[in-house]
Amino acid sequence: MTDQLTGSSSFPMVLAERVVKAYGSHVVLSDISLSVDRGEVVCIIGPSGSGKSTFLRCINHLERLDGGRLTVDGELIGYRQSGDKIYELKPREAAQQRKDIGMVFQRFNLFPHLTVLENIIEAPTQVKRQSRAAASTRAMQLLERVGLAEKAKAYPASLSGGQQQRVAIARALAMDPKLMLFDEPTSALDPELVGEVLDVMKQLAKDGMTMIVVTHEMGFAREVADSLVFMDGGVVVERGTPSDVLGNPQHARTRAFLSKVL
Amino acid sequence: MATTRSARVPEADPGISGGPERIRAIPLRHPVRNALAVLLVLLAASFIWDAAFNRPAYDWLSVGKYVFDIRVSQAALVTLELTVLSMVGAILLGSLLAVMRLSPNPVLRGIAWVYLWIFRGTPVYVQLVFWGLLATIYRFISVGIPFTDIGVSWTTQDTLSVFWLAVIGLALNEAAYMAEIVRAGMLSVDPGQSEASTALGMSWAQTMRRIVIPQSMRVIIPPTGNEVISMLKTTSLVTAVPLSTDLYTRTRDISAETFNPIPLLIVASIWYLLFTSILMIGQYFLERRFARGTRFVDVGPGASS
Repeated sequence: MTDQLTGSSSFPMVLAERVVKAYGSHVVLSDISLSVDRGEVVCIIGPSGSGKSTFLRCINHLERLDGGRLTVDGELIGYRQSGDKIYELKPREAAQQRKDIGMVFQRFNLFPHLTVLENIIEAPTQVKRQSRAAASTRAMQLLERVGLAEKAKAYPASLSGGQQQRVAIARALAMDPKLMLFDEPTSALDPELVGEVLDVMKQLAKDGMTMIVVTHEMGFAREVADSLVFMDGGVVVERGTPSDVLGNPQHARTRAFLSKVL
Repeated sequence: MATTRSARVPEADPGISGGPERIRAIPLRHPVRNALAVLLVLLAASFIWDAAFNRPAYDWLSVGKYVFDIRVSQAALVTLELTVLSMVGAILLGSLLAVMRLSPNPVLRGIAWVYLWIFRGTPVYVQLVFWGLLATIYRFISVGIPFTDIGVSWTTQDTLSVFWLAVIGLALNEAAYMAEIVRAGMLSVDPGQSEASTALGMSWAQTMRRIVIPQSMRVIIPPTGNEVISMLKTTSLVTAVPLSTDLYTRTRDISAETFNPIPLLIVASIWYLLFTSILMIGQYFLERRFARGTRFVDVGPGASS
C-alpha cells in the first residue's frame, strides 16, 4: 500500500516518474520525470505546445495520466494502488487530493457572480466546512497579504487583471495548500500589472511555499526559482539552477529557445 | 477627435478650465420620422375611439360584467395552476435532460436526444389528445416487481384526473424545450469556472450548484420567461385532453350559452394579459438578481454602499 509511504517527509513534494499524457494519438507528454522538494520553487519554461501546462494540470489530476506515476507528498495522484492493481480514484477521492494543491490560472478564473471575499471563502466553507466567520477572518488576512483588503466587497469584473490574479492567489492560499501550481500567471496581464503579481509570488516563495511555476518571465525565474526546467516536445530537456540553464544551456534546443526569448 | 470627446462630457466647462472649446451644433432634424410617429398616434386613437363607441359587437358592458364573473376568475386560477405546475415539472425534467445530454455516457445522451426528438417534433395539441386517451391505452397503473405477484395496481381513470393529465402533457412537452435552454445556459459558462472550482477541491455537485448553475441563470432566465408566458397561453389547448375548466375553454362555454362570443374573448384576453404582465415584472427582478457581478449592472449588496 502506498499509504504506508505517505507522511515520510524524506519524500519529495512532487515526484513524477516517466509520466505520459496523450489526447488520442497526439502525445503531449512523452516521458516526464521530475522531482520537486519541499519548499522548492521550480520554474518551467519552454515553447508553447511543449506540454508545460498539461504537466501542471496532471499534478492535481485535472488531466488523467496515461502512463508513469505521479505522487504529491508521497501520495499517488488520481489512482490508488492495491497490490499489483491500480484503480482510478472516485471523483470524491480525487477532490480530496486537490484541496491540498493550490492552482492559479492564466485567465484568473475568479467566480464572477461572487464578491472577492465570497470567492475566497467559497472552497473553505464548502469543502472544508469552515464557518463563514472563520473563513472570512482568514480571507481578510490573505487579502491583506496580497494588498487588496479594501476590495473585499467588490466584484471581480471591477478589478484590474493584476488585482484579479492576486485575488486568485489568495483564493488558492485559503485552502492552506502544501503545494502551489501557477499556470502562466502573468501571461494575460498588461505589462505594467505583471510586477504586482510577481511580487506576491516572490513573497510566497520567501515564506517557504513549494511552488511550480510555468512562466515566460525569465527575470522572475532567475531571481526566485531554485531550479529551472526547460521542456520541449513533451520531455524535460534540461534542468538546473536558473543561472546555469539561462547562462550556460547545455542543450541545442534550450539554446535555440533562449535565443528567441532573452 | 479630442474636441468631440470633450463635447460629450457635460461637466466640462471650457470657460473655467480653459480646455478645448465645446461644439454647439444644431441637432439633426428628423421630419419623416416625426410625421410617421404622429400618423401612428392618430391611427391608434381613431381605432380606440371607433372600438369604444361605434362597434356594438365588442359589447363593453358585457365585458365589464363577465371580467369579474366568479366562473371566469376561477377558470383563470385553473389556468395559472396549470401554468405553474407544468412549468415546475418542465424545468425539473428539462434540467435532468440537459445534464443527460451533456453526459459522457452515450446511452444517457441518446435517450435524452430521442426524448427531445419525439416531444419537440410532434404538436403539443396531438400530445394532449394522447394524454387524454391514456386510460384507454393503459387501463391500469401498476408498481411492482416484474415476474412476481408483489405490487400494487390502480385504474388509470380513477388515479389521474383530467387536470393532472393536462399538467403531465404540458410539462413533458415543455421539458424538451427547457432541456435545450438549460443546456445552452450550462454551455455558456466558461469551462475555466468549473476547472477552478474543481482545482479547489469542490465536488461535481458543488461545482454545479454553487458555480455553474448560478452563472448559467443569466442565460437561462430570459428564454425561460418566454416559455412561461408561452405556457400560459398554451394552456388554452387543454380542451384537447379534454379539460374544460381553464380560462379559454370556460369563456367559450359561457359564450356558447349567451351567443355573444366577442366580449368573452376580450375577457379571456384581459386575464391572459394581466398574468403575462405580472410574469414580466417577476422576470425583470429575477434577471437583476442574477446579473450580479456583471460589469454594467452592479446590484450586489456591497456595490450600493
